[in-house]
Amino acid sequence: MTSEAGDFQVLDEATFASFARREPLIDKTTLRNLEAKHLLYKTSPETAVRLLATKLRTRKSFLRGGPSLHIFVVTLGCDHGCHYCQVSRRLHSGGRYDMSLETAAAAVDRLFDSPSPNLTVEFQGGEPLLAFPVIRHIVELIQARNVHEGRQIVFTITSTLHHLTDEILDFMRIHDFQVSTSLDGPRDLHDANRPLPGGGAHELTIEGIQRARQALGQGSVSALTTLTRRSLERPNEIVDEYVRLGFRSIFLRPLSPYGFAKKSERRLGYTVEDYLRFYRAALGYILEINRNGHLIEEAYAKILLSSILTPFPTTYVDLRSPVGSGFGTLVYNYDGGVYASDEGRMLKELGNDTLRVGSVTDAYQTLMRSPAMELLAASGLSETLPGCSDCAFVPYCGPDPAGSLSRHGDPVGHRAESEHCQRHTGLFEILFDHLANGDSATLEIFDNWVHGVPPVVKAAN
Amino acid sequence: MLYKVLSLADALSQDFPLSKVMVDLRSLDGVDLDALGSIGAGAILRVDGDLASPLPMLHSLTMPEVVASGDVIRVHPSGQVNVLYRRGANANTLFATERCNSRCLMCSQPPHEEDDSWRIGEMIDLLQLIDHDLPVLGITGGEPCLLGEGLVEVLRAAKRYLPNTVLHILTNGRLFSDRAFVRSFDQAAGQVVWAVPVYSDNAIDHDYVVQADGAFNETLNGLHNLAERGHRVEIRCVLHRQTVHRLRELADFAYWNLPFAEHVALMGLEPMGYARSNRDVLWIDQLEYADTLNQAAAYLWRRGIAVSIYNIPLCVLPDQARPFARKSISDWKNVFAPECQGCTLQDSCCGFFRSAGDGWRSRGIQPVGLRAIA
Ligand code: SF4
Ligand code: SF4
Repeated sequence: MTSEAGDFQVLDEATFASFARREPLIDKTTLRNLEAKHLLYKTSPETAVRLLATKLRTRKSFLRGGPSLHIFVVTLGCDHGCHYCQVSRRLHSGGRYDMSLETAAAAVDRLFDSPSPNLTVEFQGGEPLLAFPVIRHIVELIQARNVHEGRQIVFTITSTLHHLTDEILDFMRIHDFQVSTSLDGPRDLHDANRPLPGGGAHELTIEGIQRARQALGQGSVSALTTLTRRSLERPNEIVDEYVRLGFRSIFLRPLSPYGFAKKSERRLGYTVEDYLRFYRAALGYILEINRNGHLIEEAYAKILLSSILTPFPTTYVDLRSPVGSGFGTLVYNYDGGVYASDEGRMLKELGNDTLRVGSVTDAYQTLMRSPAMELLAASGLSETLPGCSDCAFVPYCGPDPAGSLSRHGDPVGHRAESEHCQRHTGLFEILFDHLANGDSATLEIFDNWVHGVPPVVKAAN
Repeated sequence: MLYKVLSLADALSQDFPLSKVMVDLRSLDGVDLDALGSIGAGAILRVDGDLASPLPMLHSLTMPEVVASGDVIRVHPSGQVNVLYRRGANANTLFATERCNSRCLMCSQPPHEEDDSWRIGEMIDLLQLIDHDLPVLGITGGEPCLLGEGLVEVLRAAKRYLPNTVLHILTNGRLFSDRAFVRSFDQAAGQVVWAVPVYSDNAIDHDYVVQADGAFNETLNGLHNLAERGHRVEIRCVLHRQTVHRLRELADFAYWNLPFAEHVALMGLEPMGYARSNRDVLWIDQLEYADTLNQAAAYLWRRGIAVSIYNIPLCVLPDQARPFARKSISDWKNVFAPECQGCTLQDSCCGFFRSAGDGWRSRGIQPVGLRAIA
C-alpha cells in the first residue's frame, strides 16, 4: 500500500483484504505501522493531512524551477546505420542537417529564459560531434552569458565517441562535460547492433571511452545500453562487459518504440514480458556481483528506488508527474523547432507535430502557453489519469503522453495497452518484491545506490 | 543579587557593567578599595572578613573552590550563594521554569506547578553577565514555552547580549502548534536550536510516554510550524522500554516527516525523578536494544542526518555505533564502574550517572581491550 506522498507498507493478503473491507485491525503493530505511514488515522485527520501535504509538496518541488534539461539537437548527421535508431539520422549529410548559428543563438536565449537556477545542457544528434563547431559556438555563448546570469550549468553530450580529437577533448575538459556513450555489450552484440561501413564499432567505442576517461576523468564518462532482441538472451554477458570496462553504472532501458525502431519492430522488437524477464535476470546478476564486493549500480533501479525510498523529488525527467516533457525538458531541434521532449521530436519525424511547442524564435511565454503545453498540462498529471489514479505505484511513476499519442493518437491513452504502464508495473513489482522479501545484503546494496556508499564513520571526540 | 565574579584586570576591561561585577580579591592584596568603589565596582570577594570594606563584600565561603573568576553567582541576603554560570564548564544551562504541560514517565526533573515567573527577570539579568564568546547556552525546564511572552523577552535579551551564542532549548514543542506563538519567535530563528523530543512514530505510544493526550499531534505541528518559519530543530528520544520497540520505525518516520531536523539525539535514561519511581515500566537492559539503536543511528546517518548517542556506555554498543556515542554525562555527574578499570575506552566513554545505582547498569558492562578497537 502507498500513501499519496509515497510512504509504503507491505501487508500480507489477509490483512490487506480485511483492511480494505474496513474491518478493525487486530494486530497492534500493523495498526501503528499504517498510522505512522499516514495510511490510516484514528482521531482527526488534520495532522496526517498536514504531514502528507508537506511530503507531497517536497516530492513535487521539481516544479518550482521550470525546465532544467535543455536538449540541443545540433545535427541529424550520423555515420552509423543502426537498425533500431531512435532518432531519424541522415547518413553523410554534409552539414545539411546541422543547426545554424542563428538557430543556436536563439535557442541559447530560450535556455536562459527558463527561470531554473540549475540548467543541464545536453547535446544530441545524430552524432553531435559531427557538428562540433556548432557545439563550441553554443557553449561559448552560454558561458559568456552566464557570467552575469550565474546559473549552475552542467554540459552533457551523448556520442559514439568515434570522432574525438585532442581539440574536442580539451574543449570538453575545460567546460567540464559529462559524456554518455552507447555500449550494447560484448563486441559481437554491439557490432551487430551498430553496423558501420567498415565495421569495428565496438572497438572504436572502447577506444573513445578510454580517451575520454583519460581527458575528463573516469567519473565523467558513462554508457547507455540499447537492448535489442538479441540482447535479451545475454544479460550476464552485457553486465560482465560493463564490469570489465570499469563502469560503476549500467542502465538497462528497453528500446523505445519511436523513430526508425517502430519500422523494424518486428525484427528487433520484443514484448514487455521478454524485457521484464531479461531485466529480472540482469538485476539479480548485478546484485550478486555487488554482494561479491564489486560495486556497480543499475541506473533504472536506482531511479525508481530513489523515488520509493526517499521523500525527495526525482531528478529523472522521463518519469515524473506532472510530466517532464515541457515542464522539465525542452528540446531544440537542428531546424529551430522546439519540442517538449525527445519523443515529441521523433513523433514529428513520423508526421505528428502535437508535441512541437513552437520555434526557437518564439518568446518563452509563447512556447510555454502553446497548444502543445496546454495538452501536456491537461494530460500530464498521473494522479488524475484513468488507471493511474487508482494505481499503487502512482507516487513513483509518471505519464507517457508521447507514447499514448503514438499508439492511441491521444495523450491520455489506455493503460491496459500501454507499453509504458506494463513496463513500469513490472519494474515496480520486481523492486517491491526485493524490498519486501530481500535479504539485508540486497537492501544494503539498494541503500548504497540511493544514498551513495557510506564513508567510514569517524570516531567521536 | 547577581554578580559577575572577575579578576581585577578583567573587571577593568569593561566587558561587563562594573556595578554588576564582584572583584575577586582572594589572591590579591593591597588593592585600594575606595578607588574601586569610586569607579563603581559592585562588590568584592575576599577570603575572610577581617577587613572593613566600603563595598559590599562576600567572604568566608564554605566551599571557596566552587566560585571562580568568570562565574556568575546569585547571592541571597541570607548569605547563600548559587553559581548560575560557570566559565569553562562543558555545559551551561538556564533554568526557565519548574512548570510543565506534560508528565513524561521518565522525567528526571519532575515539574512543580508554582508561579516562578521571577525567573524571567533573573535570566535576562544573567544573560548580561555571561561571557560573550560562549558558543552554546542551554535553556531547560520544565517547559520553557510556558513562559510565553517571557521566553520571547529572554531570547530578545540573548540576541542583544550574546549574539554569537547558540541557544539550545529543550522543549516539548506542544505550544508551537499555535502558529501565532511561533511567529512571536521570528527574531530568534537561526540563533536557537529547539530540541524537541519525539518518542515514537505514532500518537498512541508517544502520548503514553508523555502522559498527555494529543501531545504527539501538537508536537508534530509545532515542529513543522517552527521549520516553516526557518527555525533550527533537533529531535530527541529517550531510550527505555516504552520507546525502543519502535526506534527503527521512529528513524524512518523522522526521515520522511522531519527531514529538516539538523540533529537527532538518542539518549539513555537518566535514573532520576520519575524515572526511578517508574522503573517497572521503563527498565530494559541496554544490551537488549543496542542492535536496534545501531540500526536507527546508521539509518539516519547515511541519509545525511547528524546523529548522536548519549548516556550509553561504549561497551554495550556494537562497534559501528560507537562513533555516534558522545561523552555526554558531565564530569561532576558521572562515575565509572569497577569493571572500567583497565578499559581502553574509558577516556571517550560517558560512564554512568552518579545518581544511578548498580541496579541501573547493563549486564553487558565489560572492559574493552585493545584488540576490539584495532
Ligand atoms: S504503473 Fe501504470 S497505472 Fe501505475 S502510475 Fe504508472 S503508468 Fe499509471
Ligand atoms: S567498561 Fe566502563 S569505560 Fe569501558 S566502555 Fe564500558 S562503561 Fe565505558
